[in-house]
Amino acid sequence: MPIPYTKPAPPSDDKRWKIVATRMRRLGDRPEALIEALHAAQEAFGYLDSDALEFVGDTLGVPHSRVFGVATFYSFFMLKPQGDHTCVVCTGTACYINGADDIIEAFDARLGVKPKGTTEDGKISLLTARCIGACSLAPAVIVDGEMQGKAVTDELMAVLETM
Amino acid sequence: MSDTAAAASPKRHRTITIDDNAGPPRATARVCEAASCVSGNASDITARLAELTEGKDDILIKRVGCLGLCAAGPLIEIAQTGELFEHISPDDVGPVVTALEEVKPDAERQPQGPFFEKQVRVATENFGLIDPESLDDYLSVGGYQALRRVLSEMASAEVREEISQSGLRGRGGAGYPTGLKWTTVAKATGDKKYVICNADEGDPGAFMDRSVLESDPFRVLEGMAIAAFAVHATEGYIYCRAEYPLAVKRLRTAIRLAQRAGYLGDNIMDTSFSFNIQIRLGAGAFVCGEETALIASVEGRRGTPRPRPPYPAVAGLWGSPTLINNVESLASVPAIIREGPEKYAEIGVGKSKGTKVFALAGRVVNTGMVEVPMGMTLREIIFDIGGGIIDDRPFKAVQTGGPSGGCIPAEHLDTPVSYETLIELGSFMGSGGMIVMDDTSCMVDVARYFQDFCREESCGKCTPCRVGTTQMYMLLDQITKGEATEDDLAQLERLAGIVQRMSLCGLGQGAPNPIFSTLRYFRDEYMAHIVDKTCPAGVCQIEQPAEVVA
Repeated sequence: MPIPYTKPAPPSDDKRWKIVATRMRRLGDRPEALIEALHAAQEAFGYLDSDALEFVGDTLGVPHSRVFGVATFYSFFMLKPQGDHTCVVCTGTACYINGADDIIEAFDARLGVKPKGTTEDGKISLLTARCIGACSLAPAVIVDGEMQGKAVTDELMAVLETM
Repeated sequence: MSDTAAAASPKRHRTITIDDNAGPPRATARVCEAASCVSGNASDITARLAELTEGKDDILIKRVGCLGLCAAGPLIEIAQTGELFEHISPDDVGPVVTALEEVKPDAERQPQGPFFEKQVRVATENFGLIDPESLDDYLSVGGYQALRRVLSEMASAEVREEISQSGLRGRGGAGYPTGLKWTTVAKATGDKKYVICNADEGDPGAFMDRSVLESDPFRVLEGMAIAAFAVHATEGYIYCRAEYPLAVKRLRTAIRLAQRAGYLGDNIMDTSFSFNIQIRLGAGAFVCGEETALIASVEGRRGTPRPRPPYPAVAGLWGSPTLINNVESLASVPAIIREGPEKYAEIGVGKSKGTKVFALAGRVVNTGMVEVPMGMTLREIIFDIGGGIIDDRPFKAVQTGGPSGGCIPAEHLDTPVSYETLIELGSFMGSGGMIVMDDTSCMVDVARYFQDFCREESCGKCTPCRVGTTQMYMLLDQITKGEATEDDLAQLERLAGIVQRMSLCGLGQGAPNPIFSTLRYFRDEYMAHIVDKTCPAGVCQIEQPAEVVA
């Protein structure tokens, strides 16, 4: 016997859930909206916790296992909270041959943070990207959404250390 | 990106419309606002210039798409004289204002040097000319004439025929004839058909699609609409990387404006043809550039490829016939229809017709975005257009085709670029990234880098790719550490052959290419690591105190 579908209530009365629910409704609350819904949730909350994954899955009628499968398949989705500031170091070919590795090493040496990690004080998260398409500005780093081309390690570190 | 500063002046929104009574302005500053220059505060520059020229009606400050020469950004061009201002900052726009005031009404455009003069622009013809967020601007340079012609004068078979005649081939890399693909989809049976624009430009070192979407988004929409008409599709998707926020923003704006003006949606241009486009964001999976994986991702699933056939042209999105074309292919379509296929087919060489957009990056002086006729030699692209190597260091290799491509050494610099010649050289056209390397790059390390990429991006569905890429990476890592033997090298070559033949999709099949090509041209570097335990380029850290090469 088919189980009747009831739309789940948001996990809390946080208004941001409304944004997520609206995005799903616009796409017809259908399973194919899963990736768009996860994008919406991550945009709203910064990362995806189990509440978000379950809410999205229940709304779209996608099993939790599949939601988790999708959320972990795509490297863009974050399952852990991020630091106050997020740095993305591009490791594309052009950045690589122009010294992206040195920047990543400097993060470890001076701030004690490795890729996909967050500093102990929770201030700075470090991510790497496969290529952000800013190859002519290599090496490129994105700090809080702002691209810094031709990144000079010392200057960058000096800025980050004061953050 | 400071929206507040940019929004301060209304003047930046003034654009020349077709029925502009005021006449053309005496002087126009074109400020590049593509991602590279925006990261250098180009929006603030536009706002500052507009502020300083407030009240001068004969001066127009215009936001435009990519001017191409990203190395010199933020970049401003004075339209009437062709004068370029490089590395401008918002506080230092005085010289630009002075130059604008000095432009004479009879000024003629001066040559801008080989970077600009040697290019042939088709897909990028509007770059640096129009405001990417203005439909009027797009219309003023002949936008939507092609779609109008298609809808008013042509049958769908004629459209497909013209694309076939033009000789256009898939610009995503594989080079499959576009006309043939369109015909297959058109002839496939199905009530509903789809057009997908593949904007999941994942190759590291490639940013052509990003530039096209940021500089001329309407063009891609027009190309998709023409394709949809030709294959009888009613719905379209643009699958774009989430890493390109500016491109996504401009696409959304373009879709909204086009819908409002009746160039998209129901009954386009008051005909019976209807076509809608939605954007789907990628989420950082390289394998989603593969068409069956892309379809899985659009359907909201993990982006894993499936065996072909059936090809998406027959059974694609939700089992319906689906046309998947790359951004650059679709961007070439309006020009082909407008100017005629013969004109496009005249450009190029052999079976590679037309032009190709390349992203020049790496150790080259003029990094940026260039469009050249097929058949131009690598030397012309890198040394004439690209301006040679930074600090006049010796050229070592150029890497094309991303992780499925290869490295081409100096002795083949005079090869004309085409799909066929690049494959002969052991490389691949790919989406068009060209990364120039000098003597500071170690080719074994480069091969290791690409293998690291493939190993992390392998979706894990088929064993040869999942296990093979990791094993190849480990072998290469040992070589770069000076811990490998000649037996390891033999093992690497054997394994590379297996992965190439046995993998399910292009990611695995292409993964060994960087190894094959570096072995073909730079075997001596491998041997130096293995036998002499040294890295000739001084990149790899081999623990051996006696032989440290700076």
